[in-house]
Amino acid sequence: MDAPPLCPECDAVVYIPVDAMENELLACAECGSELEIMCLRPLELALAPEVEEDWGE
Amino acid sequence: MRVALLVTHIRAEEKLLLAAFNKRGISPDIILDRELNFELSRGSEQLAPSGIAWQAYDLVFERCVSTSRGMYALAVLNCWGVRTFNTYETAAVCGDKLRTSIALTRRGIPQPHTRVAFTPQSAMQAIEDVAYPAVLKPVLGSWGRLLARVHNRDSAEAILEHRQTLGDYNHHIYYVQEYVDKPGRDIRAFVVGSRTIAAIYRASNHWITNTARGGQAINCPITPELDEICVRAAQAVGGGILAIDLLEDPRGDFVVNEINHTMEFRNSSKPTGVDIAQAAIDFVVDQIGALA
Repeated sequence: MDAPPLCPECDAVVYIPVDAMENELLACAECGSELEIMCLRPLELALAPEVEEDWGE
Repeated sequence: MRVALLVTHIRAEEKLLLAAFNKRGISPDIILDRELNFELSRGSEQLAPSGIAWQAYDLVFERCVSTSRGMYALAVLNCWGVRTFNTYETAAVCGDKLRTSIALTRRGIPQPHTRVAFTPQSAMQAIEDVAYPAVLKPVLGSWGRLLARVHNRDSAEAILEHRQTLGDYNHHIYYVQEYVDKPGRDIRAFVVGSRTIAAIYRASNHWITNTARGGQAINCPITPELDEICVRAAQAVGGGILAIDLLEDPRGDFVVNEINHTMEFRNSSKPTGVDIAQAAIDFVVDQIGALA
């Protein structure tokens, strides 16, 4: 069984939705960091890029 | 139908859009804007990061959270004749508040009294021309960031000095609007093609009502008046799939505040009961199908 994914910021276990996709953003429930799913198999999480000035709608 | 979804990353909206495409039997290729590397001296025969030639796509649906990446990608793709939603022209107008104001003025669409100036001195005059309280906005910006409501000359001087000293050249374009004394809410309306499909009130005790800043989404009935101004505003910026932000002035009349070309809508389908993603994708797929 694979080890549960850990938040790269705080090491808490991160819940991954069953319909998760690569490059999807999610938040660490423990520290609130925004994370990006870089790869689903094997599961790899990274801190999401910092919001840039031109980001948004 | 071969479709690419161009994204910075996958958010709730993109998942909803992908599900809507899937319902139409289409599985878009997801292309990340961070992987784009266009050879500008060549054309659409070159390969996208998906390994497929750009010219093979019937549609590229642009959903970049990065406004500039999305806009320049659309510029390249449209120049090559690749069909996109929205178009570069629409994105370039909507991404720039000054160009949006000009487009609305050309079509005679009501909007807040707006001035633009290029130095702190002339900006001070512009603020006093629209009268206090005035609103200062970056011409390029989003999610309600760096908006300032200016109540008097002292605060105007401080904000102008900060922007001139700390801001880059974008912040030296002083876009000044009258403050519209709205009733604790604004309106976000979703236009798909020539129809307003849904609208929400964004209610907040704060003068900035963006849902990204905590505004609460409540269903807003689409009256003929609301539909008419929204569709006219959408057409003024080139049309497509757009979110029109409106204010109600003290007389109850609508004024168009901003127009968004890669709108967020995750909080809007539930209160309105409208599947915004499906409506948008049905429109796009039908449009492309009609052209095929």
